[in-house]
Amino acid sequence: MRHDAPAAPKAGRQAPRAALAASRAPGSWGGAGRGDAVGPHGLILVVSTLVTADLALIFLWVPTETLAMGVVQRIFYFHVPLAWVGFLAFGVVFVASILFLWRGGRRWDALAHASAEVGVVFTTLMLFSGSTWAKPVWGVWWTWDPRLTTSLILWLLYVAYLMVRAYAPTPAQAARYAAVLGTISFIDVPIVYFSVVWWRNIHPEIIVGPTAQPGSLEPEMLVTLLFSLLTFTLLFAYLLWERVRLREAEDAVRSLRGLERSE
Amino acid sequence: MRSFFLPLLVVAWKDIRLELRTRELVTSILVFALLAVIIFTFAFDPTPERVALVMPGTVWVAFTFAGTLGFNRSFMLEKDRGSLEGLLLCPVTRDVIYLGKLLGVFLFMSLVELLLLPVFSALLNFPLLDLRLIAVALLATLGFAGVGTLFSAIAVNTRSREIMLPILLLPVAVPVVIAAVEATGALLEGASFGEVRRWWQLLLAYDVVFLVVSAFLFGFALEE
Repeated sequence: MRHDAPAAPKAGRQAPRAALAASRAPGSWGGAGRGDAVGPHGLILVVSTLVTADLALIFLWVPTETLAMGVVQRIFYFHVPLAWVGFLAFGVVFVASILFLWRGGRRWDALAHASAEVGVVFTTLMLFSGSTWAKPVWGVWWTWDPRLTTSLILWLLYVAYLMVRAYAPTPAQAARYAAVLGTISFIDVPIVYFSVVWWRNIHPEIIVGPTAQPGSLEPEMLVTLLFSLLTFTLLFAYLLWERVRLREAEDAVRSLRGLERSE
Repeated sequence: MRSFFLPLLVVAWKDIRLELRTRELVTSILVFALLAVIIFTFAFDPTPERVALVMPGTVWVAFTFAGTLGFNRSFMLEKDRGSLEGLLLCPVTRDVIYLGKLLGVFLFMSLVELLLLPVFSALLNFPLLDLRLIAVALLATLGFAGVGTLFSAIAVNTRSREIMLPILLLPVAVPVVIAAVEATGALLEGASFGEVRRWWQLLLAYDVVFLVVSAFLFGFALEE
C-alpha cells in the first residue's frame, strides 16, 4: 500500500504533495518510503515462513491426543495463541490510548485503532475456535464459565469501541472518544473477570473448565504451543504494521480531499 | 473545598431545577421501569416460587435499561439546546462538571428506585423494602451512573446516539449488574449484610475506580 497512489488533482500539483508530506511528518510512524522498502517485506517473509512451519507442526508433527479428545485437540494450538494475541492487542490499545490522551499525536491514535481492529478479529476467531472445540469435548457450544464469559464481554467492549470510531462526527472526536473507551474498557476487564468468578462460585458449575494445563502437556505439544504463540505474535505485529500504514494512507487521502475542497 | 463543592452543587442544582419544572426525566424512567417489570411478569407467569427466583434479576434489568434511557436524556438536552457550550464556559474544571452532572442523574435514578421498590413489592407480592437492599441499590446506582454520565457525553455526539449509549454502557456495567442481582437475591433469601460482603465490596471498589477514572477522562469527552 503506497501513499502516493491516489491521483493528485491537476490544479496545484505541488500543494497536495506538501499536504502529504505534512500529514506524514509530525505524527506518523516511519518516514516516507523507508518502511515500504524494508519493514513489511522482510516481516511478511518471516511471518509466512513461520505460519507454514506452524501449520506443519500442528497438523503433521505433533502427536494426536489419544486420551480423551482426539484430533479436535489440535484446535488448542490455534485457540490459545488467538486468545493471547487478542489480549495483547487490547493491551496495546490501552497503552496507546493513554499515550494519546497524555501526549497527543495522531500516531498513537493510529496505533490504538489498528490494534483494536486486529484484536477484534483475533478475539472473534478465538470465540469461534473455542466453541468448535467445546462442542465435541464438553458437549455444548457454550458454557458460562468465567473465562468464556469474560472473553465474550471483552469482545463486546471492543466492538463498541470500533462502533464509536465509526459513528463519531470528525476524526479528531473519534480519536478522543476512542482513547477514553480504550482506557475504561481495559480497566473494566479484570473487574468483570472477578465478578464472573464469584458469580459462578455461587452457582456450582457442572461442566469442568478446560483441563489442559501446561504441566500436563507432552514435550512435543508444549513445543508446538510455544512455536504457535511466537508465530501468532509475529503475525499480529505484521498485521498491526500493515493496518497502521493503511490508516496513515487514509489520513493522507483525507487531508488531500480537504485541500481539494478548500481550493 | 468551597471552590470545589459549591460549583458542583450549582451544576447539579441546575439539573434539579430543570427537572422540577418539566418532570420529564423522572417520569419517563419511572414509567419505563414499571412497564419493563410488567412485561417480565407476562413472560414468566408470577407464581410465588418463580417470583422469588427471577425477581432480583427482573428488577435490575428494568433499572438498568431505564437508567440507560435517563442518562441519554440528560446530555441530549444539553446538546440540543446548546447549553453544553455554556456549561463548558463555566470557570470550573471539567471534573466538577462531571461530578455535578453525575449527582443530578444519581439523585433522579435513586428517587425512581425508591418509588418503585414498594410498587414492585405490592405488584409481585414480595417484600423488597429493606434498608440493606437500598444501600446495595444506591452503591450500584452510583457506579452505573458514574460510567453512564461519561459515556452519555460521548454517545450524544455520535450518529445513532440513542442506541450507542446502551452498547457502550452495558458491557462495562456487567460487574454492577452481577453484584446488584446477586446481593439482592441473597438479601431477600435472608442473608445478613456481612454474608454478601463480597458484593457490596465489589460495588464499592467499582464506584471508586470508575468515578476517579471517569472524572479524569471526562474533559476529553467534552472538547469539541
